[in-house]
Amino acid sequence: MRILIAGGRVIDPASGVDEVFDLLIEDGRIVRIGKDVRGAEPPEASKGKRSKAAKNAESAINVDRVMDAAGLVVCPGLIDMHVHLRQPGREDKETIATGTLAAARGGFTAVCCMPNTDPVNDTRSVTEFILDTAKREGAVHVYPVGAISKGLRGEELAEIGELFESGCVAVSDDGRPVMNAELMRRAMEYAGMFDLPVISHCEDLHLSGKGVAHEGIVSTELGLCGIPSTSEAAMVARDILLAELTDARLHIAHVSAAESVRLIREAKARGVRVSCEASPHHFALTEEAVRGFDTNAKMNPPLRSESDRQAILAGLRDGTIDVIATDHAPHTAQEKEQEFDVAPFGVIGSETALALTLTTLVASGTLSLNQAIAKLTSEPARILKLPKGRIAEGADADLTIFDPDREWTVDTSGFASKSRNTPFHGWRLKGGTVATIVAGKVVWEA
Amino acid sequence: MVRGFFYALNLMAAELNEKAQILDQAGIQRAVTRIAHEIVERNKGTNDLVLIGLRSRGVDLARRIAQELKIIDGADIPVGTLDVTLYRDDLGRVGIQPEVRKTDIPFPINEKRVVLVDDVLYTGRTIRAALDSLIDLGRPRLIQLAVLVDRGHRELPIRADYVGKNVPTSRQEQVQVLLTEEDGVDGVLIVKG
Amino acid sequence: MGLARKDLLRMQELTADEIRLILDTAESMKQVAGRDIKKVPALRGKTLINLFYEASTRTRTSFEIAGKWLSADVINVSTSSSSVSKGESLKDTGLTLQAMHPDIVVLRHPASGAAEFLAKQLAASVINAGDGAHEHPSQALLDLFTIREKKGRLEGLKAAIVGDIAHSRVARSSIHGMRKVGMEVRVAGPRTMLPCFIDRLGVEVFTDLERAIADVDIIMMLRLQLERQQAGLFPSVREYSRLFGLTLPRLKGAKSDVLIMHPGPLNRGVEIAPEVADGPYSLILNQVENGVAVRMALLYLLAGGGQAA
Repeated sequence: MRILIAGGRVIDPASGVDEVFDLLIEDGRIVRIGKDVRGAEPPEASKGKRSKAAKNAESAINVDRVMDAAGLVVCPGLIDMHVHLRQPGREDKETIATGTLAAARGGFTAVCCMPNTDPVNDTRSVTEFILDTAKREGAVHVYPVGAISKGLRGEELAEIGELFESGCVAVSDDGRPVMNAELMRRAMEYAGMFDLPVISHCEDLHLSGKGVAHEGIVSTELGLCGIPSTSEAAMVARDILLAELTDARLHIAHVSAAESVRLIREAKARGVRVSCEASPHHFALTEEAVRGFDTNAKMNPPLRSESDRQAILAGLRDGTIDVIATDHAPHTAQEKEQEFDVAPFGVIGSETALALTLTTLVASGTLSLNQAIAKLTSEPARILKLPKGRIAEGADADLTIFDPDREWTVDTSGFASKSRNTPFHGWRLKGGTVATIVAGKVVWEA
Repeated sequence: MVRGFFYALNLMAAELNEKAQILDQAGIQRAVTRIAHEIVERNKGTNDLVLIGLRSRGVDLARRIAQELKIIDGADIPVGTLDVTLYRDDLGRVGIQPEVRKTDIPFPINEKRVVLVDDVLYTGRTIRAALDSLIDLGRPRLIQLAVLVDRGHRELPIRADYVGKNVPTSRQEQVQVLLTEEDGVDGVLIVKG
Repeated sequence: MGLARKDLLRMQELTADEIRLILDTAESMKQVAGRDIKKVPALRGKTLINLFYEASTRTRTSFEIAGKWLSADVINVSTSSSSVSKGESLKDTGLTLQAMHPDIVVLRHPASGAAEFLAKQLAASVINAGDGAHEHPSQALLDLFTIREKKGRLEGLKAAIVGDIAHSRVARSSIHGMRKVGMEVRVAGPRTMLPCFIDRLGVEVFTDLERAIADVDIIMMLRLQLERQQAGLFPSVREYSRLFGLTLPRLKGAKSDVLIMHPGPLNRGVEIAPEVADGPYSLILNQVENGVAVRMALLYLLAGGGQAA
């Protein structure tokens, strides 16, 4: 299958390219990048023993599909380092099939799925189940994140070696923090043997208590139990120090608080190998979204104050925050349509992340288009040490084509995800996916 | 017939419409005096008599009648105020609930001869509500009705025992009663539209 | 005039005029209690459902009497006796009720925001009788009524609310209500029970009881829930009572005609000494009496449905 993507603005943060180029894709790889590729000479290093003339003829004429990308951006396939696919166990909320299709619709060509499934992904069999199902039914690449502790109980190390061998790209107990510092220390040392990053959901459960929203003016007015920022920051501090002690590669999930950003910035300045991510809902919304008790604004960590949001924007701008990841967390309508205290934490995000990034960060000048794309491509690839997130001759043909100017209104009824729990329904956004190409095949297009 | 806000609106609208005065100050005074005499005659005196006025102007009229009764018979007839809002038959159907005001009847009504006093008798629904309200407050010996103006168009079988003036009207017209105590001037007007 | 709203969910959204209307209407309603025949037909044919997810004798009985005196048909649904305890969601309970066409539903529920949630589901008017730690508007209104009845006015009076402010819906509703009618409000309690940014609601914050009640016209004591000790918010009932209990000697610092209030039920000897609760300046029983009148006013004003004719 040969596809020519013609005339798009190719942005590849890894190489610094930002120019109008044609891309030729064949057999799942990018084989040619250049100007006016259709009528051009074949590349010097060509495969096969056919005659030069035949190759000329082929490359000049024989393309299965031409995609007109004039006015559009072509970038490396976006990578979402943090999603919950819910399979195995809660297929009523999402499956690997629907979750990856939702990701594709959002322009993602790869996702990392968290281990808080049922059963928990703490053994080879669950990892292999996920990979097999993804291979058969998934629309995009799925990279499983294995558990740190058995059953996510935070008591004993999971068989991280086996998880690594089965294909996990990182370990995390996400959904839950590792409360026991000694266990976290040992996990960092152990995972270090396999050069696996440890992704930490930073939260002190005692400080969080029964909290359901950010401890601030809104929770005070609404009489909701609050989760103080310190619940996150205290664990961020602890994990940074443990990472220093163990020389581990630490990645802090879903940063939400100003204090966390500050601690990470200082740690990076000291040379600690820490990276972190922020979710679109944390850079686009604040605790004010909780007024009216909208459960689609309830997630953990919660939406915090405007000054926290500003700190996240500053962190994105100065590089303290490396990655944008959605923490896509589907829940059924019936679970979300309950009293605020009782509804589960979590919002979906795959299908709005790119548009929110473009509308909230790029349009406002917080990030350049190049920087924004980096946080969704080359940066996650770097942290996970995946051979992805770049456009180069010979690289995998995982590509995202999007229209940076298209305005659209978010309408959940058209979503590919099984769930609808988003606070962005009805929002007017700028920037939409046009086509998503995984391993050289168009897996979704508008 | 809701007074208050809508009444004020109508007054303003009425300023622009035709008005005909059917009673002036002297006419009202004569009517009050005559009603007082008729009350004494019908009840053969003023024993056990009490006056209860409806809404604001019914109360003012009741007080004037009481003054006349004092002159005629030397008796101090007690006057009470009755608010019938909670007994209206159109509650819960009009959207915004009408304002409930105070009922002030600082004397027992059991076995008394109650004369209800109102300014205008029209459909009779207000009086029906007043009757139900009085009966919940006690057991009068009898209830009579005195009105300054009877404008016809009854929708219930209610009649007044004492009438100041019968004024045939059409449904499009409005009857405005002005009393010095409330409005600074005495008069009864018919307003078209 | 009139309450142009479908529901009564919180003091925070009422205007000062609406508060005055409710209090004035309650004055007229109070007369019904003094009559021989304690019934007026104003809500005849209307159905009122008391849906109480938390046990409450006082509030529920108060609403029940209020509804009955207005001739409404009153049905009480309490958690233990219904499918609610079988795990039926609030949403489904709401839809089930809706199918029975009640006119007014009074809801008390342990989750903040529950009344608002139900109000969105139902065409009926919803009255919030207490949702989690959020609001309890009818309590705040009857407290304002009681103060106005005793003092003849509200504006310019100083009140101190003392106790577990963080978990108190009565405190929140009272703060909003009192501020709207022009009262000065102070809150006092252990630091652990004062929510963050509470000063932004326009109140002065104290952790010392005597300083808090110095020179106030009204002291409102809140009930101490003993479970809060388990949560580590105060070390012992003994210490709480020593520091924040309202006793006669403590009252010396307040105005000589200070009024004492408590939403009930009382923990005698804990937050309030019996001599104070039963003393001459206590309005606690007046509050209960006025509860019926104020709730009658609310039922009456909402029964119109709220849409302008």
